Amino acid sequence: MQVFEIVASYYNYAITIFLMLSGLYIVIAHGNLVKKLIGLALFQTAVYLLYISSAKIIGGSAPIIDERFAVYSNPLPHVLILTAIVVGVGTLALGLALVIRIHEAYGTIEEDEILKDMDKSEYCGRKVEGHQ
Amino acid sequence: MKFEAIFRVVAKILIPLIVLFAFYVHFHGDFSPGGGFQAGVMIAAAAILYAVVFGVDEAQSILSQRAVAFLAPFGVLLYAAVGLCALLSGKNFLDYTVLAHHSKHAHHIGILLIEIGVIITVSCTMIAIFYAFVDRSR
Amino acid sequence: MSAIEEGFVLKEHLPALIVVVPMVVAAAVAMTRNNRVAWAASTIVTWALFVFSAMLLAEVTNVGEISYSLGGWPPPYGIEYRVDIVNALILMLVSGIGAVVMPYALRAVDKDIHAGMHPWFYCTYLLCLCGLLGMTVTGDAFNIFVFMEISSLATYVLIALGRRREALLSAYQYLVMGTIGATLYVIGVGLLYIVTGSLNLSDIAGRLGPAMSDHSRSVMAGIAFIFTGLSLKLALFPLHFWLPNAYAFAPSFATIFLAATATKVAIYVFLRLYFSVFGAAISFSQFPVVEVILVLSLAAIFTASFLAIYEDSIVRMLAYSSVAQIGYITLGVAIANKAGLTGSIVHLVNHGLMKALLFAAVGAIIFRVGTDKLSKISGLGFKMPVTTAAFVVGGLSIIGVPSTVGFVSKWYLGVGAVNAGLWPVTLAIMVSSLLAVLYIGRVIEVVYFNPVCERCVKVKEPPLSMLAPIILLAIATVYFGLDTSFTGDIAIKAAEQLLEGLKQ
Repeated sequence: MQVFEIVASYYNYAITIFLMLSGLYIVIAHGNLVKKLIGLALFQTAVYLLYISSAKIIGGSAPIIDERFAVYSNPLPHVLILTAIVVGVGTLALGLALVIRIHEAYGTIEEDEILKDMDKSEYCGRKVEGHQ
Repeated sequence: MKFEAIFRVVAKILIPLIVLFAFYVHFHGDFSPGGGFQAGVMIAAAAILYAVVFGVDEAQSILSQRAVAFLAPFGVLLYAAVGLCALLSGKNFLDYTVLAHHSKHAHHIGILLIEIGVIITVSCTMIAIFYAFVDRSR
Repeated sequence: MSAIEEGFVLKEHLPALIVVVPMVVAAAVAMTRNNRVAWAASTIVTWALFVFSAMLLAEVTNVGEISYSLGGWPPPYGIEYRVDIVNALILMLVSGIGAVVMPYALRAVDKDIHAGMHPWFYCTYLLCLCGLLGMTVTGDAFNIFVFMEISSLATYVLIALGRRREALLSAYQYLVMGTIGATLYVIGVGLLYIVTGSLNLSDIAGRLGPAMSDHSRSVMAGIAFIFTGLSLKLALFPLHFWLPNAYAFAPSFATIFLAATATKVAIYVFLRLYFSVFGAAISFSQFPVVEVILVLSLAAIFTASFLAIYEDSIVRMLAYSSVAQIGYITLGVAIANKAGLTGSIVHLVNHGLMKALLFAAVGAIIFRVGTDKLSKISGLGFKMPVTTAAFVVGGLSIIGVPSTVGFVSKWYLGVGAVNAGLWPVTLAIMVSSLLAVLYIGRVIEVVYFNPVCERCVKVKEPPLSMLAPIILLAIATVYFGLDTSFTGDIAIKAAEQLLEGLKQ
C-alpha cells in the first residue's frame, strides 16, 4: 500500500526525470543538429512539467476570488512556465535558423561531417556571404 | 493541387474563427487563463494558415516583412510606455494604479494595455520567424 | 537629481531604468533603417547607463542597500530589484565596458556586419546588455533566469554574425550548452521553490534553513542543479568547451564585450547565491563543496594556461586565458576569507578591464592585418606601435606585473591563500603566472623581435575611433593598478558583505 502511495503521489517527478534524461541523451548521442534541438526541446519540456505539476491542485480553480470556489491552484508557476515556454520557443527558432545557415554554409547538418570539414579548413575558413 | 478548392473554402471559414477566438482569449485574459501570449500565437497561426493556403506572396502583400519587423518592436514599446506612464507619475515601474482612480479598474486597464503590446509583438514575431524560414527555402 | 515631471525622481527609479532603458532603446533601434542613427542611439544609451550605474554606486556607498519593487508589489510577492555594493560594482563594470567600446563599434561593425543589418546588430547588442544588467540587478531567482536567457539568446546571435562560417557552428554549440546550463539552473530554482515557496533571493535564504531539516535531499538536489547550470554559464573548467570557439569566431566587437562582461555576470550570480543565499541558510561544511571548487579552479588555471601556450591564433589564446582567469576568480571563492574573496571580486572587475583591452587590441590587429595568427604578424610592433604597446600593457596585467591591475588581484588572492593556511595555493598562483609569461611572451617576441613580415609592411595604426577605447582601457589598466583606493576598497566592502552572511 505504501509503495502505491509513493507512486501515486510522486509519479509526476518520475515522468519529469524520464523526459529530462531522454532529452539530454538525445542532445549528447545524436550527431544530427536538428535532432539535437528536438532533444533540447524535450529537456526543456521536463522543466515545464516539474513546475506545473507541483502547482496543480486537483479540483482547484483559477485563482479568482469568488465565493463559489474554495480551492485554488497556485498561479505563479503557470506564469513562470509561460515565460519559460516563450524562452524555449525563442531558443528553438534561433537554433533552427542557425541549422539552416549551417546547412547553407557546410552542405550538411551532421555534426561529424561538419567537424571533419572544419578541421581541414581551420586556417583558411571560407567566408559566408550575405547576412540575413 | 487537386483539393485546392477544399483548402481555400475551409481556410476561409477557419481563419475568422481563429482570430475571433484569439481575441476572446486576449480580452478575457484577466479573468480566465489566457492573455496576449496565447492570443498572439493564435493570430500568428491564422496568418500562417493563410500564407500556407493562399501563398506567401499573397500573405506578404497584406502584411509585408517590413511591417512585421516594424510592429514587433512597436509592441515592446507600447508595453514599456505603460510602465513609463507609472514611472512619470512618481509610482514604481508598471504600477497600474496611476491609470484610473479605482485600483481594480486601473489593473484591468493596465493589463489590457500591456497585453495589446504583447499580442502585437508575439504575433508579429511568430510571423516574422515564419517569413524568415520561408524566405530561406526559396 | 532633476525631476523631469512632478512626482518623478530619477534617483528613486534607477534600478528599474537600468534595465528598461536599454530594452526600450533596443526596440526603437530595431525600427530605424539608418546605421548611423542606430549607432548614435546605442552610444548615448550605453553612456547614460554608465552614469546611472555610477549614481547607483554612489547611492549604495552613502545610503546602503536599495530595494525596488516592480509594479508596486512589495517583496517577497512581487519582483524585487535589489542593489547593494556587490552588484553596483558589477553594474559599473558591465555598463562601463559597454560604453567604452561603443566608439570602437563604429568601424569594427562596419567591417564585420553586412550593411543592412546594423540596426539589428545594435538592437541585439543592447538586448544583451539589458539581460546582463538585469541579471545583476534583480533579486528574484526566476527573474535571473529570464534575463540570463535574454542575454544568452542575444549572445548566440552576436556570435553567429561572425564573418567565417565556423561562427555558425560555434553559436550553435554555445546555444545547446547555454540552454542546458540555463535549464539546469531553472530546474534547481523549481526544486527550491517547491520546498520553500519563494523566489525572492533573500526570502529563500530565510526559508531554506527550516526547509533543510524536512527536505534536505530536495534542497541539496536543487542547489546542485543551480551550481552546475551556473558553472556551464560561467565556463568553469570542465564545462568551458563552448568558450574558445565562441570568442574566436564572433565579430571582434562582440568578442570584446562578451569576454569582458558575460562570464563575469554569471560569476556574480554564482557569488550571490553561494554566499548570500545558500551559504547564509545552510552550512556547506558537511559537503566537499570548497574542495571541489578549489580543485576545479586550479585545474582551470593550469590546463587552460597550457592550452593557451600552444595556440597559434591570438584570439583563441586569449580565450583559453579567460578560462584560466575564471579559475583565479573561483579560487577566491574556495579560499573564502576576506582577502581571498576581495581578490575574487577585484579580479572580476580587473579581468574584465584587461580582457576588453587585449581583445580590443587584437581586434584592431585583425582589422588592419586581416589575421590574428601569430605566424603572420611578425614585426607588427613597429607598424602599429600604439596598439601593440596597449596589448603589452594588457599582457603584463594578465601575468600580474606590479603597477598593473592583474598584480592587485593576484596579491589579494595570494594573501588570502596564506591567511587560510593554503601555502601550496599561493605557490600555484605564482607558478601559473609563469605560464602566462610564456603565452604573452610569445606574442611580444613575435611582434617586436622578429623581422617585419611581408603582410605587415603596409599596415598602419587603426582609425582613432578604435584607438581611443584601446588607449582608454590601457590607461585604466595601469591607473587601477597603481591606485587601488577605488576598486580595492569597494571590493573589500563587497567581500565583507558577502562573507557576513556565510554560515560556517
